[in-house]
Amino acid sequence: MIRFEQVTKRFGSRRVLDDISFEIRQGEVFVIVGPSGTGKSVTLKHMVRLLTPTSGRVWVGDTVASEVSGGRLERLRERFGYLFQGGALLAWMDVFENVALPLREKTDLDEDAIRTKVQQTLAMVGLETDGQKRPSEISGGMQKRAGLARAIVRDPEIVLYDEPTSGLDPVTARMIDQLIARLNRQIGITSVVVTHDLHSALSIGDRIAMLKDGRVAELSSPAEFRRSRNPVVREFLDAQYITPETQDGGF
Amino acid sequence: MIMREPIPRPEARNSFQALGREALHVVGEAGRCGVLCGQALFAVRHIFRSVRMRQEILTQMYVAGIRSIPVITIVAVFTGMILALQTGLALSRYNQEVFVGSAVMLSMLREMGPFMTGLILAACVGSSMAAQLGTMMVNDEIAALEIMSIDPVRFLMTPRLIAMLVMTPLLGFYTCMMGVLGGGVVAMTQLNVGWSQYVVNALDFAANKDLYVGLLKSVVFGAAIVTMACYEGFTTEQGAVGVGMATRRSVISAFLLILMLGYFITRLFYN
Repeated sequence: MIRFEQVTKRFGSRRVLDDISFEIRQGEVFVIVGPSGTGKSVTLKHMVRLLTPTSGRVWVGDTVASEVSGGRLERLRERFGYLFQGGALLAWMDVFENVALPLREKTDLDEDAIRTKVQQTLAMVGLETDGQKRPSEISGGMQKRAGLARAIVRDPEIVLYDEPTSGLDPVTARMIDQLIARLNRQIGITSVVVTHDLHSALSIGDRIAMLKDGRVAELSSPAEFRRSRNPVVREFLDAQYITPETQDGGF
Repeated sequence: MIMREPIPRPEARNSFQALGREALHVVGEAGRCGVLCGQALFAVRHIFRSVRMRQEILTQMYVAGIRSIPVITIVAVFTGMILALQTGLALSRYNQEVFVGSAVMLSMLREMGPFMTGLILAACVGSSMAAQLGTMMVNDEIAALEIMSIDPVRFLMTPRLIAMLVMTPLLGFYTCMMGVLGGGVVAMTQLNVGWSQYVVNALDFAANKDLYVGLLKSVVFGAAIVTMACYEGFTTEQGAVGVGMATRRSVISAFLLILMLGYFITRLFYN
């Protein structure tokens, strides 16, 4: 569904992605892990052409995402939902208006249909009673859930999650993980999750890719990932006290 | 026009090369600002389709126009008073202080009205615009709009540009009138020129052309302020520090543009 072909990305003289290639399959939860500054978010931004590769190609279906523009780029982006680290809600709108924004701007739905759709989506993320609150009046976890509601309100095929559980308490983080898993299982959304949180990655991921210095150091299933002998992976697992015997608590 | 990657600026080998590269960089920035302004103006056609856009224009007119009135009033009145005092004292040496009204009116209409309005709006409105858009940029709110296929230029810049294009000439004219009023107070209280004499003299020397050129200047300054503020906002990087730098750059570049554009418009119409 999404394919990276020998993608290299440089910012000035700094090489952030170094000739990476991998493929994300339709309907799977693909998790990208790795230390800070290894190009995880940069990888995600290439999928929706917020960034373009210095060399190589990014395919989404049969479209070269790294080369489209204008109307084709608009159609490509309509296939995606994107949950940003901080939720990226517009501060001057309340939660309801934030979630309704893509429907108001990009569809011809009438006000009643928009209201129904937004309420349904807010209910999915457990915010049905918080629609009238401004982003500054809700917690970080609620902002992320509101951001997720906005990302999925137009029923995208693919949802990209940038650090969905960072900065959250373990209970809220688990709730977000459950939401991601539920969207994947119930609606069949393809999910790409960037995270530092290996417990989360092992719980929700169908496959896990580990980036290190802009390269894919490991790409495997959660079970294989846990048993990996790759020193880069082992160091990352050990740092989060995960042993080959640790249960993933998958949903 | 939203830029997420730094423009490469290779190291210069000597000062001539550095100067040349800097000049090319400035020309490139000016070109990108022009394109951004063009994109925002091109998106004006959506005003007829989008209720939200019309509401946003009214909000921005309130923010840029109505909320600037107190500071503009104070600056304009005192500018008029200073102008009247300085020219009146010079004219009184030749017993010509009766002409102070024309001096104040012409200065305010041709130069000081649009100029003071532009500077105040650049400092008050342009800076807050750059800071708001810069913060949205570093918080990924603008990226979120792009992913929703909502054009940030149409969504954020066009309403601000239209609001400013409407409000700057009105505020420019208001500044002129307040300046003339301030000048009149000084003329009456310190130069012994009667109010009616002051007003008649002011109106006698003012031509329609002075008014129209002044209003044109205000419109151009308004467009320059919004373009610089939005360009700096949309190119903000490096978090809170970047927002501060973008705000500073937007005010400085708007000030410089107002001075330069003001000169060229004057040169064009008063050759």
